Amino acid sequence: MATTATLHSHAPQGFIRKYIFSLDHKVIGLQYFFLALTAVWVGMFLSLLMRIHLVWPTASLPLVGEIRPEMYLSLLTMHGTIMVFFVLTTAPQGGFGNYFLPIQIGAPDMAFPVLNMLSFWTTFIGFVVILAAFFVSGGAPLHGWTGYPPLSAVQSAGPGEGLGADLWITSIAIFCAASLMGALNFITTTLDLRAKGMRLMRMPLTVWSWFITAILGLLAFGVLLSAGILLLMDRNLGTSFYVPLIVVNGQIMGHKGGSPLLWQHLFWFFGHPEVYIAILPGMGVTSQVLSTFSRKPIFGYKAMVYAMLSIGFLGFMVWGHHMFMSGMSPYSAFAFSLLTMCIGVPSAIKTFNWLGTMWKGRIRFYTPMLFAIGFVSLFVSGGLSGPFLAQPVLDIQLHDTYFVVGHFHLIMGVAAIFGIFAATYYWFPKMFGRMMNEGWGKAHFWLTFIGTYAIFMPMHYLGMAGGTRRYSQYTEVAYLQRLMPIHTFMTYAAMITIASQFIFLINLFWSMFKGAKASDNPWESTTLEWTTATPPPHDNFGGRTPLVNHGPYEYGVPGAAKDFIMQTDAASTPAH
Amino acid sequence: MAHEQLGRGGGVTEPPVRGGGDDGQGDDGSDYVGRLRRARLGVAVAIAAVVMIFVSLTSAYIVRQGLPTFDSPSNSYVRDWGEVSLPLALLIINSAVLLISSVTMEGARRSITRQSALAPVRSIPGVSLGAERRFPWLGLTVVLGIGFLAGQYLAWSELRRRGFFIPTNPNSSFVYLFTGVHAVHLAGGVVALLWAGVTSVLDKPIESRRIAIDVTAWYWHFMALLWIYVFALLEFAR
Repeated sequence: MATTATLHSHAPQGFIRKYIFSLDHKVIGLQYFFLALTAVWVGMFLSLLMRIHLVWPTASLPLVGEIRPEMYLSLLTMHGTIMVFFVLTTAPQGGFGNYFLPIQIGAPDMAFPVLNMLSFWTTFIGFVVILAAFFVSGGAPLHGWTGYPPLSAVQSAGPGEGLGADLWITSIAIFCAASLMGALNFITTTLDLRAKGMRLMRMPLTVWSWFITAILGLLAFGVLLSAGILLLMDRNLGTSFYVPLIVVNGQIMGHKGGSPLLWQHLFWFFGHPEVYIAILPGMGVTSQVLSTFSRKPIFGYKAMVYAMLSIGFLGFMVWGHHMFMSGMSPYSAFAFSLLTMCIGVPSAIKTFNWLGTMWKGRIRFYTPMLFAIGFVSLFVSGGLSGPFLAQPVLDIQLHDTYFVVGHFHLIMGVAAIFGIFAATYYWFPKMFGRMMNEGWGKAHFWLTFIGTYAIFMPMHYLGMAGGTRRYSQYTEVAYLQRLMPIHTFMTYAAMITIASQFIFLINLFWSMFKGAKASDNPWESTTLEWTTATPPPHDNFGGRTPLVNHGPYEYGVPGAAKDFIMQTDAASTPAH
Repeated sequence: MAHEQLGRGGGVTEPPVRGGGDDGQGDDGSDYVGRLRRARLGVAVAIAAVVMIFVSLTSAYIVRQGLPTFDSPSNSYVRDWGEVSLPLALLIINSAVLLISSVTMEGARRSITRQSALAPVRSIPGVSLGAERRFPWLGLTVVLGIGFLAGQYLAWSELRRRGFFIPTNPNSSFVYLFTGVHAVHLAGGVVALLWAGVTSVLDKPIESRRIAIDVTAWYWHFMALLWIYVFALLEFAR
């Protein structure tokens, strides 16, 4: 593989090779980060349009005019797809993972730098292709981010199900290919490029989280790719994998014998691990930040590693809990339900270990710490509704209601986003050599923290009261009228929360150029990225390779000169 | 500056020592050995991803095979899987071509390994190992690989001639799907081999050529095994 040849290459000088088609994992990490940042604003704008439409369904909005029901479904589809793939999967793994995994294990770069570059640009093309769906005849697809057939498999099933849906599937297929390339690189790098002394059980929990996420991605994205190929064939080549004998708009389609459930099985075999692909890196960075800012070792390091491995393993066995509504055998439902409940065990271990880490710590309430605590809060709030939905009898009642929307937004969406924010505020000094503004950071945290709870907690009550999801208009449904005040409240909360993200955006770009200069280790952290210059040189450690003598979270060690021992400190330094 | 930062920790070693931490395999000090090990690990991981693609297609194959469809005339559920008459003779020839290509690929891998091992001796001034006739293993593998792809195209033409198109029935859909996805992956191997050939022409270091050929060989053997699996599935599990 010629790609390995460039591992120890000299820093490129030209603009194109340095910033566009760069092989440097740090530049590629930043490219992923800014791609995700662009995507999140697109996704957020779509959600704002949806929330406004739900409360004022006949309002004519700037850029889009009046939102028709089919357009509402397009917004819903594109919001979900862009957020899940191009934000929640891209930023934590592609962005921060790319930037910091090699540095945290003491490597000069990823194992295959060329493949790494290809992975980013393939993702970029995937993003362009999905955006193109907005602008083609018929517009973006209607079938939701889960793409259930037969709606997604029949071109004439509705506006947006023509070329728009083809672009949607193609984009996801491209994304899968890019993610597989990325996963290959992450796994090989972690296994083979660790510095001397960086034993597996000395790796920071961030590295463990990226590594396990990569394994999940490797095993899951191939399945989605296969499912997507079958869907494209059903749509364009007349096959009947997913489509039964069906009449659309009074016309008998040429398909017969296919099963929409086949798609659901394949999709959710990918889809449930995808939840962990989104949130595991957040767990990693939360562990890192909580330990650093509590000035205490992480509580139960090995238990945290085994918990993440268990969550990843169990994540492949529970896809059926997304399909309790499909009429599956009660015995299968029981098995899926039981296995889903089992995930509560490692999740609880992680939660209590995070609390144990903070317990009696000398906590420094900087912005990254606030977002990490916010992550724990959202993980608990969003996670606790999981065991409810894992009960088939309850799920049948709640499945098509806002209860599920509230649940997955808290646990998969906002918790993961808080992990991204914690990572951004924590590593910004290392990436850009300057500090982000603390005051604005805290204002951003409190507005976002209260705002997201104000948006998503009422959804649980809405769902329990029978508030159905996916409807484009509730004002015309008599029995849902009484729930409209909750919708109105959530829409105002969404407006304020989205507006407060401008604080983050301004702080981010202002701090890049005007923020206070950062020292090499402003948080007094212990892991390898804080042993090198800020920002790190092209080969990360200036031609040297770190020798690792300590674990990743040695804070408050009795007898030590400082309250933290860096991983590269001499072996004679007192250690736990 | 970076030097000073590292010095603060007091734990810097030089030259770089690699190999996956203390519990890794360790290096022999040669970056080339590390590159080869990494490339092999990378191809093993890539093979795992390809396995998942074919596992999921196989599960779809088995599920779709057993699905009933409603038959209006009989007012009952029937199986619509359908029959496909595979061009067996042609597919057996194709299989033989691919298996032989796996042998020639192994020849190419062993040949480049030997050349790579002897390269330091050859580079000593005044030392000659004599003229060595090299068998064109790599070229032969490329020809056989392209031959296999051409043979698969002929098999598809024959299927069409017999009246089996992609949408004819679920069975035929899967025949085209499996053989097509396998062909795409094998074509990737052919491109890798052509790249290895180009590196030879460009006079790249022999180590780089060895890595390219070595990992492609492992991938190629996997492709041959995968084809046997696909062929057996389509012929015996229909």
